[in-house]
Amino acid sequence: MNVSPLKIAGREYRSRLIVGTGKYASFEQTQQAIERSGAEMVTVAVRRVKLGGPPEESLLTYIDPKKYVLLPNTAGCYTADDAVRTARLAREAGLSSLIKLEVIGDEKTLFPDTHALLEATRTLVKEGFTVLPYTNEDLVVAKRLRDAGAAAIMPLGAPIGSGLGIQNRNALRILIEQIPDLPIIVDAGVGTASDAAMAMELGADGILMNTGIAGARDPLKMAEAMKHAVASGRLAYEAGRIPRKLYATASSPLDGTIE
Amino acid sequence: MRLKINGAVRQFPGDLMLPALLEKLQLPAARVAVERNRTLVHRDKYSSVRLEDDDELEIVQLVGGG
Repeated sequence: MNVSPLKIAGREYRSRLIVGTGKYASFEQTQQAIERSGAEMVTVAVRRVKLGGPPEESLLTYIDPKKYVLLPNTAGCYTADDAVRTARLAREAGLSSLIKLEVIGDEKTLFPDTHALLEATRTLVKEGFTVLPYTNEDLVVAKRLRDAGAAAIMPLGAPIGSGLGIQNRNALRILIEQIPDLPIIVDAGVGTASDAAMAMELGADGILMNTGIAGARDPLKMAEAMKHAVASGRLAYEAGRIPRKLYATASSPLDGTIE
Repeated sequence: MRLKINGAVRQFPGDLMLPALLEKLQLPAARVAVERNRTLVHRDKYSSVRLEDDDELEIVQLVGGG
């Protein structure tokens, strides 16, 4: 399939699917799922090393940073300051300036604190980071993030890990139409393949997901399903769907029927 | 010497440079990132960091996440 590439900060990705590496049963399963998804960019988190026990196995033994572009996140940060510190640590640990910036504002919904997000975006852009902010579907916030130098806008489709699918299609369409100069990457909420295809059909530039794959009964099959859904949705978007009509239009010739 | 590492206080005998601490903790320097008193320590500066009593360190690595 010839899907046009996704461009983020000057780099092209053949796959428009970005996958997380959390919640898998094992590192082996993580590796296999990512392979099946076809993703070229994968998210990782930054956490304290555990001290006192035997040396821990590293995720990076399974996810080769030479093969995949690592996108560290600031998940779990509730202030701009913590997110900025985490981003700096991530850059040092991963040797890349990409950061999926999350500043969470509410524990129950994991909705973003967009005020703190904007503040952290400004700081990190000044420090040379390529900032991909996890935000809501608010156009005004997205415009402010763009003006602050964000490299993409990553609106949630539904709460993180909820699997509810795209809850606000019209807001997503507005973002896509009104922010044509930045990739709009749906981040969170995808539950199954049709959710991903639908977001792509609306014109999203990409989708980032974790739980939708890792939480499936068979994560490897779901990884492949998502790969096809994202590519199919994009192809359909590029192909241009037919207009919706209330009444039928025959597909077969109207004349020449037997009498 | 008293150091707070990832939120827990630990005692170490004598002077300690950062690379020696990482070695004591069996942490491969290439796989971790270190913050000292809320300021990032760049990897190429590790060998010049002499730890001081009551330093607070965060030592992190990349893990699975979404």
